[in-house]
Amino acid sequence: MTVGLFIPCYVDQFYPNAGIATLQLLEKLGVDVVYPKKQTCCGQPMANSGFSHLTGGCDELFTEIFADFEYVVVPSGSCALHIKDHLHSKKQPGESKALRAKVYELVEFLTDVLKVENLEANFPYKVGLHQSCHGLRGLHLSQMTELVAPPFSKPGKLLSMVSGLELVELDRQDECCGFGGTFCVAEEAVSAKMGKDRVADHIKHGAEYITGADLSCLMHMEGILRRQKSNVKVVHIAEILNGI
Amino acid sequence: MRDHAALSEEFNKDEARVDWHDETLWFIRQKRDRAVHSIPEWEWLRETGSQIKNNVLSNLSAYLEQFEANALRNGVQVHWAADAKEHNEIVLSIMKRHQADRMVKSKSMLTEECHLNDFLAKNGIEVIDSDLGERIVQLAEEPPSHIVLPCIHKKKEEIGDLFHEHLGTAAGEADPQVLTEAARQHLRDTFLTRKVALTGVNFAVAETGEFVVCTNEGNADMGAHLSDVHIACMGIEKIIPERKHLSVFLRLLTRSATGQPITTYSSHFMKPREGQEMHIVLVDNGRSRQLGRADFRNSLKCIRCGSCMNTCPVYRRSGGHSYHTTIAGPIGAILAPNLDMKDHADLPFASTLCGSCSNVCPVKIDIHDQLYKWRQVLVKEGHVNSAKAAGMKAMAYTFANPSVFEVAGKSGRWFMKNFPALVSNKFNPWYKEREMPEPPKESFREWYSKNRKKA
Repeated sequence: MTVGLFIPCYVDQFYPNAGIATLQLLEKLGVDVVYPKKQTCCGQPMANSGFSHLTGGCDELFTEIFADFEYVVVPSGSCALHIKDHLHSKKQPGESKALRAKVYELVEFLTDVLKVENLEANFPYKVGLHQSCHGLRGLHLSQMTELVAPPFSKPGKLLSMVSGLELVELDRQDECCGFGGTFCVAEEAVSAKMGKDRVADHIKHGAEYITGADLSCLMHMEGILRRQKSNVKVVHIAEILNGI
Repeated sequence: MRDHAALSEEFNKDEARVDWHDETLWFIRQKRDRAVHSIPEWEWLRETGSQIKNNVLSNLSAYLEQFEANALRNGVQVHWAADAKEHNEIVLSIMKRHQADRMVKSKSMLTEECHLNDFLAKNGIEVIDSDLGERIVQLAEEPPSHIVLPCIHKKKEEIGDLFHEHLGTAAGEADPQVLTEAARQHLRDTFLTRKVALTGVNFAVAETGEFVVCTNEGNADMGAHLSDVHIACMGIEKIIPERKHLSVFLRLLTRSATGQPITTYSSHFMKPREGQEMHIVLVDNGRSRQLGRADFRNSLKCIRCGSCMNTCPVYRRSGGHSYHTTIAGPIGAILAPNLDMKDHADLPFASTLCGSCSNVCPVKIDIHDQLYKWRQVLVKEGHVNSAKAAGMKAMAYTFANPSVFEVAGKSGRWFMKNFPALVSNKFNPWYKEREMPEPPKESFREWYSKNRKKA
């Protein structure tokens, strides 16, 4: 199985360790991973700001690079959802449509395609799981508290395979952290307040690490934790599952 | 006019108050959760409600005409208003015909939308809102901050001060029991002395020509039954085809709104009692235009439960008034641009697109998807500032050209300057309460080049 690895632009730039962990984890699980170096961005920052008409370049590039892969794996729920919902190529419409269905966020790729049942990882800490909204309500990585439906959690299932790891309960298990793309600067006051409240919930329940499948949310919460000089750290779920 | 971001910043200056507001509304969201989780068929009810509303929106004119014919047969006078102005004039003309200069009004967000109170006041008519929350904001000379809980932004001590000033309660009295009793006595006099009562409408049944008004206080009933003239005002989307459909909507409405199984009073009005006049005013005010917008027509399914506000993490931390429109919160943010795109261009951006609103919506309106779609429309129509547009173009160019991106993005230098602060005019708003991420020694792609041979 050959998988194309898409490392979102800001992960490439700021959180290479999450990318490295994703790559190593997939390799350990027997997957042949290719990282095409021409990749840039999924286009979501423009689209969510109302500029989806400017994402043509990103869409063409993404389609050109990834159309031939059996699967494309992205360690970000938000970017994966954007591609699944919005990717369209004028030059290769058929390919881009097919590609949408081949794109997987890392966690769902592990649970749904590779059907991982055990992992060799140890993380002896109390961990709070942040359910990023696009992964949660867009990709259904976990059950949503608003719905009357049976509970499940794909990231929770994977984390339960890690020895020593203790997941903490939260008061609000799937409230948004307030990052929201350009919302984080355009609506600075509310965004920062949402982030502070989210972080406080994790701290209150004794989390030593906050993890999740989306680094954008984690970057936002990390910014708040560091400003507060907190000892609590953020870590992408791939790094825990890979056994750092 | 200050936009949502500016008004929210103001609201957030008092953090303890934000916490109180957030927790108060979260408590209602939790009540809603308990109420809906107690009935296994909840998701089926939502789907059914949504489908009934699909039928209504696809056959709206036919159902409206059927409703009108049945209402006329019941002896009700039916009026059609194309917009807020016509609506207000119709109400005024009824008042004048009866030489009435005072009105008691139960909750009606439509009349808020039409700014009826102001209009009537200018024409010498005194309006007293009989819903307790509405009466409180009326005394405070404020608009409601929430469609179901109009004074949810007010603490009981502030209400005590208002009542002391207007209703003569003791200074410093903040016991809800005492304050409610004072309001009851004050309103009882109002009910007994007003010839004209105006109510809103929650559901209008095409099959029978009746309409249903849902309240917890019974104030609509008190006003309507004691009046000589009952005027009911409704948006044209309030129609449902058959009476039996109430068995779906009445279960959905209050569980979603407050976590109650049903409102205390669900009153059916069908025909005037002997000697009474009953009027129904059917108001369009932009609804036909919204019906014609394929991406946004579903917003007309809204039954005004307010659950999207209670669950919205932004609403809870910015308050209803930050939306500077009659209907606040996520649903307001997709309804308001239809009325005036320029004035409300900020509202679809007052969201993280977290999607919780769509999940609690009892009629399954795709609220967060519509927020996304409104953003595209507003940009295309030129309602965002040019600096933001220029920044977006530069970003799109960089991302579309891998060689430019690689040079620009080495070790996060370009990002430090352009992301996520790229679209803001203010000096790095990110940094105000957050540290910037620390750029690592090498990017992933640099590491990959060194450590992996292929690609």
